[in-house]
Amino acid sequence: MRPTVSDKPVIDIELNAPKGDWRDAHVELRRGTFSNASLPKDLIALGLPNPRKWQPTDLDWQLPADWKGILLRGMQERLAKYRSFRLFMDVCVRCGACADKCHFYLGSGDPKNMPFARAELIRSVYRRYFTLSGRLFGSLAGARELTEDVVKEWFYYFYQCTECRRCSIYCPFGIDTAEITMIVRELLSLIGVSTHWVTEPAANCYRVGNHLGIAPHAFKDALDFARDELRELTGLDVEIPISRKGAEILFVMPSADYFATPHYYTLLGYMMLFHEIGLDFTVSAYASEGGNFGLFHSNDLMKRLNAKIYEEAKRLGVKWILGGECGHMWRVLHQYMDTMNGPADFLEVPVSPLTGTRFGNAASTKMVHICEFTADLLYHEKIKLDPSRNDEYVVTYHDSCNPARAMGLLEEPRYVLKRTCNHFHEMPAKTIREFTFCCGSGAGLGNTENLEMRLRGGFPRAEAVRHVREAHGVNLLACICAIDKATLPTLMDYWVSGVQVAGVHELLGNALVMKGAKERTTNLRGEPLAKEAANA
Amino acid sequence: MKALIAAAAAVVFLAMAGASAGAVPGGTAAITVVLPYFAFLTLSVGIAWRVWWWAASPVPYRIPTTCGQQRSLPWIRTAPIDNPDNRVMAAIRVAIEALVFRSLLRNSRTHVAAGRLVLSEARLLWLASLVLHWSLLVILLRHLRFVLLPTPFFVPPLDALDGFLRIGAPALLITDVLVVVALIYLLGRRLVNPLLRYMSLFTDYFALLLLLGIAVSGIAMRYVAPVNIVAVKEFALALTAFHPVVPAAPSALLLVHLLLVSTLAIYLPFSKLMHFGGVFLSPTRNLANNSRRVRHINPWNSPVPTNTYAEWEATNADKLKLAGLPLDEADRVR
Ligand code: SF4
Ligand code: SF4
Repeated sequence: MRPTVSDKPVIDIELNAPKGDWRDAHVELRRGTFSNASLPKDLIALGLPNPRKWQPTDLDWQLPADWKGILLRGMQERLAKYRSFRLFMDVCVRCGACADKCHFYLGSGDPKNMPFARAELIRSVYRRYFTLSGRLFGSLAGARELTEDVVKEWFYYFYQCTECRRCSIYCPFGIDTAEITMIVRELLSLIGVSTHWVTEPAANCYRVGNHLGIAPHAFKDALDFARDELRELTGLDVEIPISRKGAEILFVMPSADYFATPHYYTLLGYMMLFHEIGLDFTVSAYASEGGNFGLFHSNDLMKRLNAKIYEEAKRLGVKWILGGECGHMWRVLHQYMDTMNGPADFLEVPVSPLTGTRFGNAASTKMVHICEFTADLLYHEKIKLDPSRNDEYVVTYHDSCNPARAMGLLEEPRYVLKRTCNHFHEMPAKTIREFTFCCGSGAGLGNTENLEMRLRGGFPRAEAVRHVREAHGVNLLACICAIDKATLPTLMDYWVSGVQVAGVHELLGNALVMKGAKERTTNLRGEPLAKEAANA
Repeated sequence: MKALIAAAAAVVFLAMAGASAGAVPGGTAAITVVLPYFAFLTLSVGIAWRVWWWAASPVPYRIPTTCGQQRSLPWIRTAPIDNPDNRVMAAIRVAIEALVFRSLLRNSRTHVAAGRLVLSEARLLWLASLVLHWSLLVILLRHLRFVLLPTPFFVPPLDALDGFLRIGAPALLITDVLVVVALIYLLGRRLVNPLLRYMSLFTDYFALLLLLGIAVSGIAMRYVAPVNIVAVKEFALALTAFHPVVPAAPSALLLVHLLLVSTLAIYLPFSKLMHFGGVFLSPTRNLANNSRRVRHINPWNSPVPTNTYAEWEATNADKLKLAGLPLDEADRVR
């Protein structure tokens, strides 16, 4: 839910010189800056350890008796399983190149939000228990005891990292604090310390099929509703097949696309496009979630949730898979899915049925990003566009962290945008593409109780938007991420009012000229088109 | 501050121990013969062990951080090095990182002034690091003339190049100046920048001060209190030929220099100075971004429980029927 005006925290952003000693683990949990704890029902549904009723503000977190042993054995196991972890625990030189690169540091001024400081929170424990110098010299060598305060501190700061990887691109050794965050969250989950906003969607996704827990019949209702709306808008019957065996392509999208706004307009955009090009596709009620909140909890949970995509593709007998607009979903699909749940040898190398383009870059996973697919269509002039239907918008593009820094999907969405609208302006170079600033709400932090920290974390992004708003009158922030679409509107309302948020395929849907369709007078949001407004 | 004081005290203590070793019976032998051998052994075994320790660990996932356009559609220009698509390009990426510190070159300063976010250029850290590392390499190579006979062919021209300014006699070597300037800058920023001061550990100061001590004692031997180069060379050659000779009445500076260098060698494998391993082994830098094209294998890909389609259909059957959605169960009955 979007907070009302009276919920608005007052935020002053100031970066002062840090005080005290970072080794002091005590944290003050301030309302608005942390997420609520997982509920026992979700941990039970997922078979995760130590389900109980608790909150981070409790004095006693009801950790299991052997919590320390569990954590240390967990660290030992992960040091053996991940070169990333083993290496990143050793090689940081504290050069500070990453220090001012994290949006949470920039927005909160809290020195423990500097990426290298965040990493030191566990590195110090690593030194104490796993290195000779740490054992011998203790705090002089930067080592710390593992105490309950440290557990609370980990919870606070590793749930104040959106796993955006921005710090990693600046590090001379490629140290990726996101990777460290993932491992610490995994460790914390071993003693039952996790957040509601992560485990509830994960449990829903596991049992029902999607994060929002939308049961199959409601899923169908939502898509029927879209069909009705599209009939009204275009006069065409845009069919959305569900779990249809023998379709050529399985289309997987984040569930927010069919149950939240402004995501919903992106759904309309995809479906108009598929109708117009006569795509032989199906969506699935079982794999009705492309997103994967398991990524924000543990690698095992990520794998468990992801498994259904290949399983469903196999069951339906499709040839390949197409994926919608979502950031973290694509981190999983691009860098983990094939390794975790492949090989997808029952599928074929994706070929666009319209252009004949063979997507060799997806030859093994057999999964193509919708922006790659659409850019190819546009390049081959397979669809007709009327960009003037987006003339009311002055557009800029926010690169979502994962497609930018874990994939390099930079040009495809821009290509689509530049063809679908007439007014496009980039934000400053150091804030886009691989340098992009996070929305501040990714990695499971996008809940209401954490609002202040989200607004703080989103401040750098908002500042870049303000820049183009002032310079070019930008009034629309386009993106290809479900979390962005859910959280950027709030961020914009707070810092730069007058900027709406939309998916790339919403703008495509606006501009798409469809055969046999009636004259369009409104955009997908039902707002009159700029030329209509001018005539009126 | 405590860390800085401890590090400075440690280096000063070492230097004093070196300077006074000549006066202690057996002290000279300990520093000129026993310690160098021990240090060399520790350095070689230590580095080999550490690199093995990292390299032996599995890389379960292909997780490069991409810093440019991927390869997808043939007509889109890619960033072949910052977003490598194959192993060769990934190797080039690592080489550029190792040789010119690519990632540090990206650096910028971000701060907040009057509630506004301000981004500005910041290349000094990159420059100082580059100067420090390349100067150290040149200095190391120049030192080969002490330990190898005949002197390797590239050393005299390197010396000449290094001294091209032709200031003073012996000619001032640029790397001697650069290394000290870079070290002072790196130390200075640690002290002046409050964020760095907050995070810096003993080891951060100790490494810089130790290098500074080595550089200063070495420079002093050349310009301030020149030592007998021929004698030093004879001593060093004997050491590398495993026929060590304890030099008679070596200069105190030489002892200090030797002690500090040996300390560095012993300390290096166990310290953050092993960071070079990170450049070559980091899975965010040395892997190609082609995980959708070529399957990456996780050697321990452990099985996990999943909610299979059949189980899911069984629990959701009513709702599926209600919505008129197809069931596999129905297929089987039919
Ligand atoms: S940039 Fe890398 S090496 Fe430097 S402080 Fe950050 S994590 Fe450590
Ligand atoms: S991954 Fe992003 S949020 Fe996490 S420490 Fe790095 S810059 Fe900050």
